Amino acid sequence: MFNPIETLIRSVTDIDADPYSLGDFLGVDSRWCQRCGNNAILTAVQKLCAEEQLAPEKTVFVSGIGCSSRLPHYMGTYGFHALHGRALPVAEGIKIRRPDLHVFVTTGDGDCCSIGAGHWLHAIRYNMNITVLLHDNQIYGLTKNQVSPTSPRGLVSNTSPHGASLDPLNPLAATLGMSNISFVAQAVDWVPSVLYDVIEQAFHHRGLSFVCIMQRCPNYLPDHFEEYIKNPDRLVLLTHARGLQVEESIARRFKHREEHDPADLDRARELSMPRDRIPLGILYRNPEVLCYEDVRSGVEHLSVAERMAALEREFDKFTVDAASPQG
Amino acid sequence: MEQICLQYTTNPQRGKNMFVLGMLGWLYGQDLDLAREQVSFTFRTKSKDILNRNLQLLEAGHEWSGQNLDFRFEIASAPREEAQIVVNGNTALALGIMASGMEICAMYPITPATSASHYLSEMFENVGGMVHQAEDEIAACAFAIGASYAGKCAVTITSGPGMALKQELIGLAAMAEIPLVIVNVQRGGPSTGLPTKVEQGDLLQAMFGTHGDAPKVVMAAATVEDCFYQPIAARKIAEAFNLPVILLTDANLATAQQPFTRPRLRKEWFAAPIDQSAIPEGERPYDWDPTTGLRRRFTPGQPGGMHTLTGLAHDRYSRVAYDPASNEDGLRHRSLKLAAFQKTLTAPAVFGDPDGDLLVVGWGSTKGVIEEAVEQLRSEGRRVGALHLTYLQPMASGIGEILKRFRQVLSVEMNWSDSVETSQTTLDNRRYSNLAWLLRARYLIDVDCWSEVQGQPLKPRTVAQAMRNKLKQGVARV
Repeated sequence: MFNPIETLIRSVTDIDADPYSLGDFLGVDSRWCQRCGNNAILTAVQKLCAEEQLAPEKTVFVSGIGCSSRLPHYMGTYGFHALHGRALPVAEGIKIRRPDLHVFVTTGDGDCCSIGAGHWLHAIRYNMNITVLLHDNQIYGLTKNQVSPTSPRGLVSNTSPHGASLDPLNPLAATLGMSNISFVAQAVDWVPSVLYDVIEQAFHHRGLSFVCIMQRCPNYLPDHFEEYIKNPDRLVLLTHARGLQVEESIARRFKHREEHDPADLDRARELSMPRDRIPLGILYRNPEVLCYEDVRSGVEHLSVAERMAALEREFDKFTVDAASPQG
Repeated sequence: MEQICLQYTTNPQRGKNMFVLGMLGWLYGQDLDLAREQVSFTFRTKSKDILNRNLQLLEAGHEWSGQNLDFRFEIASAPREEAQIVVNGNTALALGIMASGMEICAMYPITPATSASHYLSEMFENVGGMVHQAEDEIAACAFAIGASYAGKCAVTITSGPGMALKQELIGLAAMAEIPLVIVNVQRGGPSTGLPTKVEQGDLLQAMFGTHGDAPKVVMAAATVEDCFYQPIAARKIAEAFNLPVILLTDANLATAQQPFTRPRLRKEWFAAPIDQSAIPEGERPYDWDPTTGLRRRFTPGQPGGMHTLTGLAHDRYSRVAYDPASNEDGLRHRSLKLAAFQKTLTAPAVFGDPDGDLLVVGWGSTKGVIEEAVEQLRSEGRRVGALHLTYLQPMASGIGEILKRFRQVLSVEMNWSDSVETSQTTLDNRRYSNLAWLLRARYLIDVDCWSEVQGQPLKPRTVAQAMRNKLKQGVARV
């Protein structure tokens, strides 16, 4: 498969090749609702691919099921629209086989935090070099308005007509509570520049980068995030020399800013807990965490002759003939 | 026995196995030289004292038998010209997976499949592969699918309960046409059932476990040797036809030791690097061949092949398509692949009489037992034969003709079937064994079934008795 010499030649010739344009990353037309927050996320990742000049054939967007998980179809790259909740283990299989590919996962609050919750925790533990975008709109949209694990208590939906009975699951706090975490960030779809910067840093982080994106659902929860949009008092922008660095023209839109060192896990956990203001930016980053594919890369480094010889040695162990019973 | 063992060891619990080995040597008329040599080899790293005590126990058992037992068996040993491999089915399976050229095995611990993964975990990296222990059965299957999608076919090993959990993903592999090998080392079911005991209860699950129409190949190993060769065939079929291949073994094969001729490895088993060549313009990811249903699989990294694979109904561009024509177009071509594959199969040879009064049909680990029972009945002057199926889906051409050459057909299986004559069970409501259902449906022949589900291997004499009953009274179980 992966031929290092061929890749080298390609990377050299790429310098002269026409750079990829935004158009190279467009797939079929989006079927999302107008004003759906997913459109902002799509725009951000398409821009990222173009800015980073990712070869479309070397890029794979993997998703589960839900509105968010339609995203791969709208990309001009390879895509894998898998099963509900199963995007992460599929992406891990792709990455272990092909560390040379850029692997992204787009998933929703139902896909990641409900039916795929087990995979979510373990994906963080494996810490493979994958960028995970959690589109958290706090509602099931594709199946038409059911309560989600991240819906606030009291939310009225088709399956909670008297209001959601439980407090929501907090994806940010849950992720920061795991072991082996290496990159955790949060963004909102309605501040595109910060969304882009966060995704860009997530992409450049080596390890599993988990980006929680608050995403509007204009159809089922039209006013749900209005208080955050209209009242910047409810957001706190996290900036740091080792974290997000935001242009002043953007930063001044935020009344609350905090210099937060992404190495500070304790503060990251505090910031993630429910309080008056929700944090935007990079909460935690640790580039030192081991990547699973780095410690488990047993694949394809042997020639066929070497592999056959190794297997013959195994046969020797189990071979019986009259001359030597123990082989 | 304990008294005698105490002469050589302080703990007869730990010495009696050697004593019994000596007894067996006498019973079967084997000289002890071979046993001495093997015991010396096994205890080569232990102290001289431990080795000597084991050898003394061995000889004591042999001597005691000579003095006290009044029976012994003479079974001539059959010298083999070619070197033999002696392993159990799970080790053979692991060796076969390594020889198949597959490089990724994703699994979750489950009895009785785990010992295959233990051995693979130990050895696979030496042969250029790896075992991934996933967080659950579903993740193991998803991981294997991801790996297959991005490169060579991958494998997941499980047993019945894990197989049930993987079904939705097996459907995805069938729908999106991703090669995948699933090994099911069957155990007793349903539910947690009999985790360590044998059953052949998963054939219908393998065939029909997925919702909707999800064509896949189902094959079953009959011997330890099959456990080695079938993963090689399974990968080849999965990649040639881009579909899931389910390989059924069982708890008996998993632990049974049978010798087989040392395989000659072939280069082509390992070959096939991942295709990374550019896709010509205009070629679509699902350009199904109208006669075979085959299409070229696009792998990430291939320029010009960008598309999004989906488990949703899709058109030839792999775009989500809900229109009636596209849905049937996909269904037809996926189904066609099994028909095309079926053309490559030949019916297995009939064991015993080529036609006659009774044909016993079986699959999986019961082959030896069934053939022994058939031999017994033939020695009693009956005209009977046995047909053992490797490919259960699709079934080779010619099987129907074989069934028709016998007056009666009986499937012998280790899964549940109702007796015919009870106060409640009639031919109207009788539930048949797995294979019997399939044969009846396909060949419109009144295939009867006899089965035993005691978690134990079948015995030739019970199978022979069932055959006699069937011949005499038309009913196998009386």
